[in-house]
Amino acid sequence: MNRFALHLAALAITLASTGPLRAEDDLPIRNCTFCHGVSGQGFMVAPRIAGQRPQYIENQLKSFMAHVRDNPYARKYMHNASANLTPDLITGFSQYFAAQAPRPADDGDKALVATGRDIFENGIPSQNVVACVVCHGPNAEGVRHIPRLGGLSYIYVKRQLDQWNEGYRQAAHPMPKVAKFLSPQEIDALASYLSYVE
Amino acid sequence: MRANGFKLGVQSAAFTLALCGVGQAADAGKGPISRQSIESKAEYCLICHGASGQGFRGYFTMPRLAGQQPQYIENQLHAFKEGRRVNPIMQNVVTAVSPGMIRPLADYLRGLNAPPHGGGPTEGAALGKRIFETGLPDANIPACAVCHGPDARGTRQIPRLAGQLYWYVTKTLTNFGRERGQRGEDSSGIMAPVARNLSPAQISAVAAYVSSLK
Repeated sequence: MNRFALHLAALAITLASTGPLRAEDDLPIRNCTFCHGVSGQGFMVAPRIAGQRPQYIENQLKSFMAHVRDNPYARKYMHNASANLTPDLITGFSQYFAAQAPRPADDGDKALVATGRDIFENGIPSQNVVACVVCHGPNAEGVRHIPRLGGLSYIYVKRQLDQWNEGYRQAAHPMPKVAKFLSPQEIDALASYLSYVE
Repeated sequence: MRANGFKLGVQSAAFTLALCGVGQAADAGKGPISRQSIESKAEYCLICHGASGQGFRGYFTMPRLAGQQPQYIENQLHAFKEGRRVNPIMQNVVTAVSPGMIRPLADYLRGLNAPPHGGGPTEGAALGKRIFETGLPDANIPACAVCHGPDARGTRQIPRLAGQLYWYVTKTLTNFGRERGQRGEDSSGIMAPVARNLSPAQISAVAAYVSSLK
């Protein structure tokens, strides 16, 4: 059987399968967990996706596919990883990982937690820093397409805020405008606080 | 000569004081407010209230500010400052809005002309239109249009409702007496009994109607 026939067979199987995709049978979650950790809790540069808002996961996958989310690791890993996703796979992955219980990364600087929490809840009006809580919720749990931030790793949150200031992910309104008023120390404090939020 | 010199001194002192007075009225002694500082403060508002002031639905709903009546904005900012309107976020935000900034900011927001945010439920809009235009005499609900205008664009201290977010209108009418008119009466008192007399279904209907208006 040549390559073309193999592809055709794969396509036929894909088209013939009906109903929601489930992890046990036809949802290849190992393609995700290979980098994002066995239960989606994140690993190294790959963020935790367990417990993330399904609408957010879905939007990000589409955004990787369209090369709109353009930060370096997205370009390096996720543009390729998302290239062949079907609408059913996008929905399947989003629902599956959203349903996994998230665990906090706990990797921030404990000494900065109080400052980070203050910025998260109150912003810094004198510096035009808005309060994160208005969109991300009192426990940083997110809602609809707005991501859960509570418990994401220090390293990931810090990198996103830094990269908005470096000119990446500019389509993610209003985050580029939020990040630009934060000092490096304030970014450290926010990322530290969030890493401990259950 | 000495008398003249003294008089001149007094006059120039008075002139300087008068100038200081103007400066304080404008922005706490820092001189009149520049276009740039108005725009940078407005940019701060619009991070949360939507890039064109059309409102934004986060965990909480940030109301539409575009095209709002300046007098209403001004009154609300003062109400936040004085604790008459309870909102932990805005009470914090107004600490960074100087007295002289309030009016120029309100005028700036008045000039924004964004289409309605939309996205809310639309069922009940016909009932909402009826309540808005003719009220519910049996429930002691006056027609909203009498004060808010037939096009719901408000006037002076009475807010524009046209294009206001469905979720904001329902929350505001549901919580009216708990959020506004605290620590003594203010002009918001007129709405408290109206809001109290509306049923949840009627509130939803009015919200569905006004949120669709341009």
